[in-house]
Amino acid sequence: MSTQREQADAFLQQMNQFAETMKQSIGLPVLLDQKTGAALWWDQRELKLRFIISVEKTRKFFEALSEGKLLATKCKKSGQILFPPQAYCPDDDDEPEWVELPKEGELLTWTVIYVKPYSFGHYPDYTVGIARLTNGVQVLAWVRETDPKKLRPGMKVKIEIVRRKPENYLTYEIVPVEE
Amino acid sequence: MARRVAIVGVGHSKFGVRNDVNIAELAYESVAEAIKSAGIEKKDIDLVITGYVGGWSSEPLAPPLILEYVGLTGKPGYRVEAACATGSAAIKAAHDAISAGEADIALVVGVEKMNESPTPTVVEFIGRAGNYFWEFENFGLTFPGYYALYATAYINKYGATEEDLCRVAVKNHYYASMNPKAQFPRKITLEQCMQSRYIAWPLKLFDCSPITDGSAAVVLASEDVAKKLTDSPVWIKAIGSSIGTSNLSKRPSFTNLNAARIAAQMAYKKAGIDPDDPAKYIDVAEVHDCFTIAEIMAYEDLGFAKPGEGYKLIREEQTYIGGKIPVNLSGGLKAKGHPLAATGVSMAVELYKQLLGKADKGRQAPIKNGIALAHNIGGTGHYAYVTIYSLDKPRSA
Repeated sequence: MSTQREQADAFLQQMNQFAETMKQSIGLPVLLDQKTGAALWWDQRELKLRFIISVEKTRKFFEALSEGKLLATKCKKSGQILFPPQAYCPDDDDEPEWVELPKEGELLTWTVIYVKPYSFGHYPDYTVGIARLTNGVQVLAWVRETDPKKLRPGMKVKIEIVRRKPENYLTYEIVPVEE
Repeated sequence: MARRVAIVGVGHSKFGVRNDVNIAELAYESVAEAIKSAGIEKKDIDLVITGYVGGWSSEPLAPPLILEYVGLTGKPGYRVEAACATGSAAIKAAHDAISAGEADIALVVGVEKMNESPTPTVVEFIGRAGNYFWEFENFGLTFPGYYALYATAYINKYGATEEDLCRVAVKNHYYASMNPKAQFPRKITLEQCMQSRYIAWPLKLFDCSPITDGSAAVVLASEDVAKKLTDSPVWIKAIGSSIGTSNLSKRPSFTNLNAARIAAQMAYKKAGIDPDDPAKYIDVAEVHDCFTIAEIMAYEDLGFAKPGEGYKLIREEQTYIGGKIPVNLSGGLKAKGHPLAATGVSMAVELYKQLLGKADKGRQAPIKNGIALAHNIGGTGHYAYVTIYSLDKPRSA
């Protein structure tokens, strides 16, 4: 069975082929809406979008993933733990330090994504959840269970550092713990 | 001294898949209607605020595009963006300018042409409208996915069912069936909703608002000008608004939207509405039902129901006409459609008509107090606007 991305690509390719045919016959990339017959211009400019994002001030977080650790920052004065980690504390006279987060927690809520964004269209259906760790920090991540009915609120979970395939980069996942 | 501000004219395009028009033409439909309905000339307008989210559509600079097309260049103005609450934010920007004496007559237009991109691309753009780096980049959240996290938590905590969610869809489709401007002007059954496929468990296709093209416009005026233009102005009585966290993981609760509660309290205080029983004061409400769970949480965040009891309100049909408080008689985002930036303005158009007794046959609320409420959420509680509209005095009194 084809992935959602393959289906989306096939649809766009088909539209493009219609446009090519129209360009050959009437000289214009104009399609007719299948339902209403309205004339639609098939854009001749295609944009690929990929952002370049600074992680300089939080690079420790990413380096720690390769050691199997999940880090957060803690503001020294207020004691507030920030996850996602912040290089600056909300109060400007406070200063953050790096701390390791506990791996154990409980599941708060979850969903299974069936209709996916285009850039996630190559994955099988995936589960996203939010876990509350033992120190109260809440983490949103994929949950390693695709049947939503096997999950329940408050169930014990742990955080695992994993390599995301097929991109092959380090990230973290919520894993239900057998009881 | 702050000046009172009224709606004196409204316009609304047909919502839906509008492959018959481009963005400027779509905006023109509601702008022309609003100016005509206000009984003003273009030269009378001294501010134009354009609500537009875009990304999925080709034109980045909507205000010059629209103003050139409708012949309003030379006027001051700018674009406002607050995700799905853009329309309400645009109204607030125009309201504040008039209130401060910077303008006497302002045009507000919200427009969105979401079908210029294929569906998976639109799903991607909306999914990115949370925290991109920490919640989208790695975990591919979608908008139904974000609200599904709320739905799962709500169902587990309070014992609501997927049927209760579908009851919201059934009600909103019922009222949309009497709204010719709606994207889906047809009724659905509870079974149809329950049998529809899962989009993001536990939310199904019929729990979700559609991808919509549409525009809506209002003309706002200062008190002096409004009284010259019309004997039936609809006043902007109060606006409450609040911004929530970017990361969903940092929300204190997954059974309500904190930003909406804050915005509601702010609006009630300004309007002199008892926050413990607002339904007693408000004749009709339009709430942000981008997903069915969102309408149920709105009942609670607005104080129409106690926390954990919102689902009972729809189960007992208390938000139909004749119930405790009629909600989304336009069909809501769910069935009227949700062209992001047009939605908040569309709510204003609807409530203007409701308060003046001009709603379509079969979906007119009884107006006793002359007060209506719009609840418009941007993102998944990233922005919240609660706007109270009112008549000088109830028409029936």
